[in-house]
Amino acid sequence: MSDSGFDRDRRSVSGCGLSGMMSLTGERVTGEAIRDSIAILHERSNGLGGGFAAYGMYPHRKDQFALHIMYYGAEAQGQAEAVLGEAFDVLHDERIPTRPNPGVVDPPDLMRYFVLPPAGKLEESGMSAEDYVLARVMRVNSEIPDAFVFSSGKNMGAFKAVGYAEDIADFFRLEEYEAYIWIAHGRFPTNTPGWWAGAHPFTLLDWAVVHNGEISSYGINKRYLEMFGYQCTMRTDTEVMAYLLDLLIRRHGLPVEVACDVLAAPFWEQIERMPEEKQRLYTMLRQVYGSALVNGPFAIIFARDGEMVGVNDRIKLRPLVAARKDKWLYISSEEAGIRGMCPEPDLVWAPRAGQPVIGRLGSDVVVGEPGVGETAGMGQEVPSG
Amino acid sequence: MRIDARELHYRELNRQIREAVAGGETRFELANVNGQRYIGDGIQGEKVQIDIEGVPGNDLGAFMDGPTVRVRGNAQDAVANTMNAGRIVVEGRAGDVLGYGMRGGELFVRGKVGYRVGIHMKAYRGRMPVVVAGGTAGDFLGEYMAGGMLVVLGLERQDGEPLIGDWCGTGMHGGVIYVRGEVDPRLVASKFASMGPAEEKDREDMRPHVEAFCETFSLDVEEALAGAFVRMAAISHRPYGAKYAV
Amino acid sequence: MGSSSPGREGIGRPGEGARASARPRRVPAYRRSAEFRWTHDAERCARCKRCVQQCGFKALSWEDGPVVDPDKCVGCHRCETFCPQEAIAVVPNVQHYRPHPLWGQAHRQNVYLQAETGGVLLTGMGNDLPYPILWDHLLLDACQVTNPSIDPLREPMELRSYLGRIPDKVEVKMKDGRPEPATEMGPVLQVETPIIFAAMSYGSISLNAQKAIAMAAAECGTLWNTGEGGLHEELKPYADRAFVQCASGRFGVHADYLNAGAAIEIKIGQGAKPGIGGHLPGEKVSAAVSETRMIPVGSDALSPAPQHDIYSIEDLKQLIFALKEATNYEKPVSVKIAAVHNVAAIASGIVRAGADMVYLDGFRGGTGAAPTIIRDHLGIPIEIAIAVVDQQLREEGIRNRASIVAAGGIRSSADAAKAIALGADAVAVGTAALLALGCTLCQKCYTGKCSWGITTQDPRLTRRLDPYVGSKRVANLVRGWSAELEEILGAMGVNAVESLRGSRERLRAVGLDKTTLEILGVKPAGVGA
Ligand code: SF4
Ligand code: SF4
Repeated sequence: MSDSGFDRDRRSVSGCGLSGMMSLTGERVTGEAIRDSIAILHERSNGLGGGFAAYGMYPHRKDQFALHIMYYGAEAQGQAEAVLGEAFDVLHDERIPTRPNPGVVDPPDLMRYFVLPPAGKLEESGMSAEDYVLARVMRVNSEIPDAFVFSSGKNMGAFKAVGYAEDIADFFRLEEYEAYIWIAHGRFPTNTPGWWAGAHPFTLLDWAVVHNGEISSYGINKRYLEMFGYQCTMRTDTEVMAYLLDLLIRRHGLPVEVACDVLAAPFWEQIERMPEEKQRLYTMLRQVYGSALVNGPFAIIFARDGEMVGVNDRIKLRPLVAARKDKWLYISSEEAGIRGMCPEPDLVWAPRAGQPVIGRLGSDVVVGEPGVGETAGMGQEVPSG
Repeated sequence: MRIDARELHYRELNRQIREAVAGGETRFELANVNGQRYIGDGIQGEKVQIDIEGVPGNDLGAFMDGPTVRVRGNAQDAVANTMNAGRIVVEGRAGDVLGYGMRGGELFVRGKVGYRVGIHMKAYRGRMPVVVAGGTAGDFLGEYMAGGMLVVLGLERQDGEPLIGDWCGTGMHGGVIYVRGEVDPRLVASKFASMGPAEEKDREDMRPHVEAFCETFSLDVEEALAGAFVRMAAISHRPYGAKYAV
Repeated sequence: MGSSSPGREGIGRPGEGARASARPRRVPAYRRSAEFRWTHDAERCARCKRCVQQCGFKALSWEDGPVVDPDKCVGCHRCETFCPQEAIAVVPNVQHYRPHPLWGQAHRQNVYLQAETGGVLLTGMGNDLPYPILWDHLLLDACQVTNPSIDPLREPMELRSYLGRIPDKVEVKMKDGRPEPATEMGPVLQVETPIIFAAMSYGSISLNAQKAIAMAAAECGTLWNTGEGGLHEELKPYADRAFVQCASGRFGVHADYLNAGAAIEIKIGQGAKPGIGGHLPGEKVSAAVSETRMIPVGSDALSPAPQHDIYSIEDLKQLIFALKEATNYEKPVSVKIAAVHNVAAIASGIVRAGADMVYLDGFRGGTGAAPTIIRDHLGIPIEIAIAVVDQQLREEGIRNRASIVAAGGIRSSADAAKAIALGADAVAVGTAALLALGCTLCQKCYTGKCSWGITTQDPRLTRRLDPYVGSKRVANLVRGWSAELEEILGAMGVNAVESLRGSRERLRAVGLDKTTLEILGVKPAGVGA
């Protein structure tokens, strides 16, 4: 392990606590509720990492890419800023405000930049703005050893560190931000010392993923992603999860529901019970995406602009509970975690194995909510019993 | 004894309970519980009663031997884990892996129960564990079950909601499962469990437990027992018998 | 043996000695040492003569008790197995000459035999030299604590696999708010276990043996392979689970045959004899064999070394599409090659030529007959071939376009699991299926005298193999291995075989050098995740 803590040679496996909350109307709240929720899941983490992602948090700069970068040393900062200066119009930069917390030790330097790709350069590159940013972020992360971009989306931000999640919330002063989606992670890594960059959420542009469980199919998921040009350098299961989502949803254009049914594929005997047309789709999904099946225990919450999704594995080896209260959707590893965010929910339910719970901005209908009907978890149609 | 559990770590909460039990205290009221694990874990004594307001954490009543626990709310995963005796009552719903390896006593859940309920429940020397769920159950109900009784009443079920999930009774090699209503045979692991209508004798076996369940929640017994039940039982006590090349 | 004095005939004749390849003349042996000691306990013997009847090699005769011709006994153990009194023991005749580390018994015997015959040594079954077996240097992973193992007895476990060309992605369009596939899937083969049967032709094996395997394939929901001997009338009911092979001899190949099978296999080479054709001697071309192969009774059935319409990769493409045209693009096409040094590039070419499956046959694969020198010294291990082909196809982004079937020395479900972890979609077994039918691996298949009724056409011998009983034995083997694969998956905490497929992360190596590790893409034991 290098001094900076950016050890990328070993894969981290972890069991953890997750929470997420979303206002379906876009109402923004501070990070206190999510902090209280993840604090209740304290037993699920061991103080070796935690983090948060928030959406809608930079309304005044919502069209600019917000880069959160951690540095170990001025040299790294100099190098990274040179890359940024060369690649972007940097519209604003500042130190990410923190307050000392005894539970969060040896923090790196934490900076925030609001940037836009210059029109000329963007055109020259022939890429979309997103891919342009992604390429620069990857470059910083792979080429500058002591610099790490841990958040790069628009109007969203990730915060993560080594420590307990509730201490990390205090350290990053999350009560000072307001957002309509908050997701959080308390980490229990089993085989690596905690390191700041390796904490969750894992982000890719405006995607953020928090994840609980160890992927037993990591080996083939990783090799499958390599075929599509993804290099799993972070050696975390969560990275694999994030890339699979990116591949399936962004690049292959699968609806989120269908992508979830690739990750947590229904069994053949369940597929055989589906109506014919659906059977055809799900047979094909398994034939084509067998290497993208995420096997072993997992529960994830992921979000992007306007959407929050929770899903767990095909035989429900990791817990996930969801709840509604008015126009809010809550998802957590435990009901206690939900009650940390929302003491009196209207409805609490446990999603079936592999059935996604999806909240979408502007829609009162939550996919996967009991009674919501057909589209709810399209892969896990339940036979009437 | 009343304990306000707000912001109280489970170790402190459970220490207070253990010490009070040692000192002869039998009645506990826990308020503002949210997520504290292991409540009632390993506590012995039939007179002990623990009343919980809120949502207790995982492993509620694990290794418990005698007490009565009542949850005025929902419970999470692994309730009654390896419980030996006593009764746990949950007024709301409960999560996954309930009654894992439970050897005796009763678990009554008013609402729905999650995955793998009654997993590897067993009966031993006159002890017989019983789990009654008022609502519906998830996949792998009675997985690996070796003894005892599981009852799913399916009260207040939503339209089209299945009574039980997939792979019911998989690995089952003892005990009995009763479900009120019709069950799609494809949900039952036919390699291990056979399904048939519950007979009069079955209703007699079930009745005292359903009565106790209804009394606990002030429900009408006849309503809970109305209609036909199906019975799932192990085909063999030795499901591994034919598996090996011996 | 002839009566002329040894060494005279054929030596020094003008014009003949000059060419080493000139037709050899047989000269008598000085003395050949028996490979086996056939022993018999006269006290126990019930004098039932069963041993004499059972020996396919005519090594036993009756002279007031069984008498052996030690030169003829091949150690097939048929007599021993069927002696009701356990009066017979057949043991290897070790150390009949002074041991020598360089000149082992086999080398000396072979030299004597060739001195005697001037011929090419022949053998059957797979390579028996002690090359390192990489399977035995690979270990599989299991779960502990951080992720749970899964008990295959109670939880669903999925071995179902598909073979054939798979698109790279599924395009989904929404119709009435429901997703529907916009992608078309070509023909693919569904198997309920990733264990299929290797090609063994009618001719090289008996009809009863082939039938037993075909019936087992139907019973287990897997596939069998006609080999290049055509499809016998009696096996047509099982054709929907068969690869029908199209090899250089084109025996029995016509449109009906091609359309009868589940898939078509173009045989380029065989692991036991890469670059070498085959030859079924005329004596074995019985009326039934003649009909299936569509050649006259008694004529030699020659399979040329190359396919004479394939001298290069674009010719292969031409044949692949000729077959697809003939079958209306309804049958996936497999191309079978021997694993040779450049296998990765060859396989890539095959996939780009339009094959839907690549069948890799490692150098340890079995054969009905092959020159010993070829069998024992050509090719590369299947373990390596899987690793390099899978990696090559991935690097080229064409791994989905074809399935990889691996064969050639798969001895157990563990070998199968390791092959799949290295990247195979399925394994094919030949020798193991024959063992299930009674074969004892005497390696004399090429003589056509198999005492077990397997590699022979002699009705006296073939009728002892009951295809129904045989099919149950073979099906049991597949069932046992499949259950073991489920155990392995469960221990690894996955419940579908696709989560093991290509997951080299779940393999660790012991005692392999760094280069081999790199080629296999496997870490040494002791290195964590
Ligand atoms: S060849 Fe086989 S059957 Fe014949 S004597 Fe030898 S061992 Fe016995
Ligand atoms: S098939 Fe027959 S001849 Fe060939 S090795 Fe087996 S027993 Fe010997």
